[in-house]
Amino acid sequence: MTNYAQWNGFEGSIWKIEVNVRDFIQKNYKPYDGNEDFLVGPTEATDKLWGILQGLQKEERAKGGVLDMDTDIVSTLTSHKPGYISEETKELEKVVGLQTDKPLKRAFMPFGGIKMAEQACTTNGYEPNPEFHKIFNEYTTTHNQGVFDAYTPEMKSVRHNHIITGLPDTYGRGRIVGDYRRVALYGIDYLIEDKKKDLNNCGDGTMTDEVIRLREEISKQIRALKGMKDMAQMYGYDISQPASNAREAVQWLYFGYLAAIKTQNGAAMSVGRVSTFLDIYIERDLEAGKITESEAQELIDHFVMKCRMVKFARIPSYNQLFSGDPVWATLEVAGIGMDGRSMVTKNDYRFLHTLENMGPSPEPNLTVLYSSDLPENFKKYASKISVTTSSIQYENDDVMKPVWGDDYSICCCVSATQTGKEMQFFGARANLAKCLLYAINGGVDLKTREQCGPAYRPITSEYLDYDEVITAFDRMEDWLCGLYVNTLNLIQYMHDKYFYEAAEMALIDTDVRRSFATGIAGFSHVVDSLSAIKYAKVRTIRDETGMVVDFETTGDFPRYGNDDDRADDIAKWLLKTFIDKVKKHHTYRDSEPSTSILTITSNVVYGKATGSMPDGRKDGEPLSPGANPSYGAEQNGLLASLNSVAKLPYHWALDGISNTQTINPDALGHSEDERVNNLVQVLDGYFDQGAHHLNVNVFGTEKLIDAMEHPEKEEYANFTIRVSGYAVKFIDLTREQQLDVISRTCHSAM
Amino acid sequence: MSDGSNIKGYVHSLESFGSVDGPGVRFVVFLQGCALRCKFCHNPETWHSAGEEWNASDLFQKVYRYRNYWGKDGGITVSGGEPLLQIDFLIEFFKLAKQKGIHTAIDTAGQPFSDNPEWLAKFEKLMEYTDLVILDLKMMDSEGHKALTGKDNSNILSMAQWLSDHNKAMWIRHVLVPNLTDDVNDLENMHRFISELKTVKKVEILPYHILGLAKWISLGIDYPLDGVPTPTKEQIAVANEILHTADYQN
Repeated sequence: MTNYAQWNGFEGSIWKIEVNVRDFIQKNYKPYDGNEDFLVGPTEATDKLWGILQGLQKEERAKGGVLDMDTDIVSTLTSHKPGYISEETKELEKVVGLQTDKPLKRAFMPFGGIKMAEQACTTNGYEPNPEFHKIFNEYTTTHNQGVFDAYTPEMKSVRHNHIITGLPDTYGRGRIVGDYRRVALYGIDYLIEDKKKDLNNCGDGTMTDEVIRLREEISKQIRALKGMKDMAQMYGYDISQPASNAREAVQWLYFGYLAAIKTQNGAAMSVGRVSTFLDIYIERDLEAGKITESEAQELIDHFVMKCRMVKFARIPSYNQLFSGDPVWATLEVAGIGMDGRSMVTKNDYRFLHTLENMGPSPEPNLTVLYSSDLPENFKKYASKISVTTSSIQYENDDVMKPVWGDDYSICCCVSATQTGKEMQFFGARANLAKCLLYAINGGVDLKTREQCGPAYRPITSEYLDYDEVITAFDRMEDWLCGLYVNTLNLIQYMHDKYFYEAAEMALIDTDVRRSFATGIAGFSHVVDSLSAIKYAKVRTIRDETGMVVDFETTGDFPRYGNDDDRADDIAKWLLKTFIDKVKKHHTYRDSEPSTSILTITSNVVYGKATGSMPDGRKDGEPLSPGANPSYGAEQNGLLASLNSVAKLPYHWALDGISNTQTINPDALGHSEDERVNNLVQVLDGYFDQGAHHLNVNVFGTEKLIDAMEHPEKEEYANFTIRVSGYAVKFIDLTREQQLDVISRTCHSAM
Repeated sequence: MSDGSNIKGYVHSLESFGSVDGPGVRFVVFLQGCALRCKFCHNPETWHSAGEEWNASDLFQKVYRYRNYWGKDGGITVSGGEPLLQIDFLIEFFKLAKQKGIHTAIDTAGQPFSDNPEWLAKFEKLMEYTDLVILDLKMMDSEGHKALTGKDNSNILSMAQWLSDHNKAMWIRHVLVPNLTDDVNDLENMHRFISELKTVKKVEILPYHILGLAKWISLGIDYPLDGVPTPTKEQIAVANEILHTADYQN
């Protein structure tokens, strides 16, 4: 059994024999059920660095959203010389390492697709080195090239018609969380030895496709591990051995994450469940008197500051889809262990406290793994942070733990994966609202007038009949799901081949579980439209070609979002049917199919491509985000809306069910105490029913309107709001999206 | 079937998440109908009698779905309109709630209170099932009250006394409208009155707001407070001081 001096004072042995961070955590962490009184404010160094960084962020915004771009270096682990927040203050940085040589400078990442990498430069006023054009078109193949070489005409058509949308075929697929804690606990040499063993044990000598591919992948992983060592060396650190103290643990772990964000530009590049793990190191040092609470907080503040600096080069259409420049550096706190002990440590407080020490921020995407059984003190503290910053989200540990255990990470906004054991194939989403319109119009797309879907018999009656519509929808959805899954199969294959995540996969078990994530857009509109057809009268309005272009709905009908089973049963049916249809198909590398109801801010763009619906949503209007009820549908307030969403069983949508709610502070209570306690009640009540996720915003519409009109005001510089599954600075949204956010239900009953 | 299940309630609207009308998180039932015509009313659409018809047990079944959210403090509040105008329905509804041990509150202006023995017997019955009465005191001066609301206030004050005498917990609330309900003398009188009540748990100033204005307009009623400003922080502080609200925080 290996034994390092750096492990002195740690309990347990299994984690020494095999790579097993969970075992290490369970044997060593100390639950904390006290309150937040031990927390301390920022150090002088933190204030200084954060001040500089805020200045840079302001400059970035003034320059239209991009401060600087690399045009001459292809980003690799060691492509850039060390970078610091500023040269003059680099000795103040307790955690070092940037994606490039300068803060907020975006790296050139062509492996996902050279065209997008080039456009990201040119649309921001930068000229990439022309050599790259030649290299990545003539000498090598990118992921994007591979995908388009293999796409069928039908796949190109559904993509172009936006019924399948947001596909990761021009950039990194993301959503893979390396177990970055491994770098700290084991050091790189141990991990290399471990992977070498795996390489030797890979296959029985028969060279099947699978074995060959795996051998190549493991070799790439080993190279990536060596690269991480070199990268750290450039910053003056030797990470071949385990971290010996808290500062090193944070630094080693961050180097692991830095390796990921230097080599991949996935939409979601999450950090994972690191808080409880790091607490063990901090506690060891605190007990030994090696650090103070102030130094401990400083480490976390500086680590979080680095997470706030992650940037990727994107094209304008990408920004319209995922606005506010998000990276989903999702980072979890809390949760409850399999043995029933709370996993809340002092460090979980420290991470939330960064929002007080350095103000609100969208990144890292701080996520509380919630259970009503968490310590009351912690629930109240989290609630207080929500009330004051609107910067955290909640996910139900009680429903996730039975599926993923007690060491899962959230790999995007709401999707869980077992840390170090599992990876996910991210698969964007299918627009079911459009699918319903295709069903009615026989597969012809309203926007392009192309026969995109199969030319099934359209519905010709003047008034829509529920059974007839359901039959047509079911058939169209069958087609859509098959094509969707196979499009994703092809994308994932090419990504593995041309843009393999060697650095992240090096920190995940070789024998990895794979999940295959699909997603639904337009959920509430399909539910309400079907309800309208069933319970009211829906007349079709046709143009001269006979296409249904609008609907006239008369009479009342129940809507999803009012805790009314008539509508909510349709919602359940819709989700179950979709995932059943997805599961019928072969999924790449025998991955486990799942689905989600989340749309991020892309609900605005998806809505543009979607015609009028029977529920009253007009042509081009935004879809409601995620699993949220439609705007204006809610008649009975917040909890009725939550109850509707809570009825969707998590195990039918293991990739997540995202729900965003905005509560006017005055509606939450008169005093801060009342607000904090009432929010805890809301969270308890919602999650005890088995609901999966809640984004909580606490502010009034007036503040949003003022921020939209006066983005220059100092108070709005870091004004953060939660949108579907992530957070953004409100002033970074496009005006269209700002208006969308404003128009959404703000619960303000008084 | 409980006896009296034929009694219908007339409901204006249901709010699943109320957090200011009683302690904790509450389901708030707004009943339809009110005899007062307060100039500052922010729910004028609840004045006339109409509304959606409910029987008590159906409504209770609907409300009971929210019990997970109530915790140890929250529960059900019936507001309005004037809930006491539908006292028979209230008795049925709260009886069901108390069978499940739920905290019940009534948000009332007290206007229907009467010493008519038949009515009082009903009220007594209702109070058996009611944990908290949130009573709005609009004004102490009788003439002023009439001018402000259209009705005399003597029975309202009697109700407060009755609650105190019968050891029923109450919150007193006062809507503060500049130049209308902020008269120092009247507020001092109100404080004297409240301080002699034995069961007041909380005294709250509700600053007048103009969110109800749009409703008056859409109902086509002239808004008598057109142009009246919302109270300033200072005005609110003065009123809080006179009513000694800080002394009553539970």
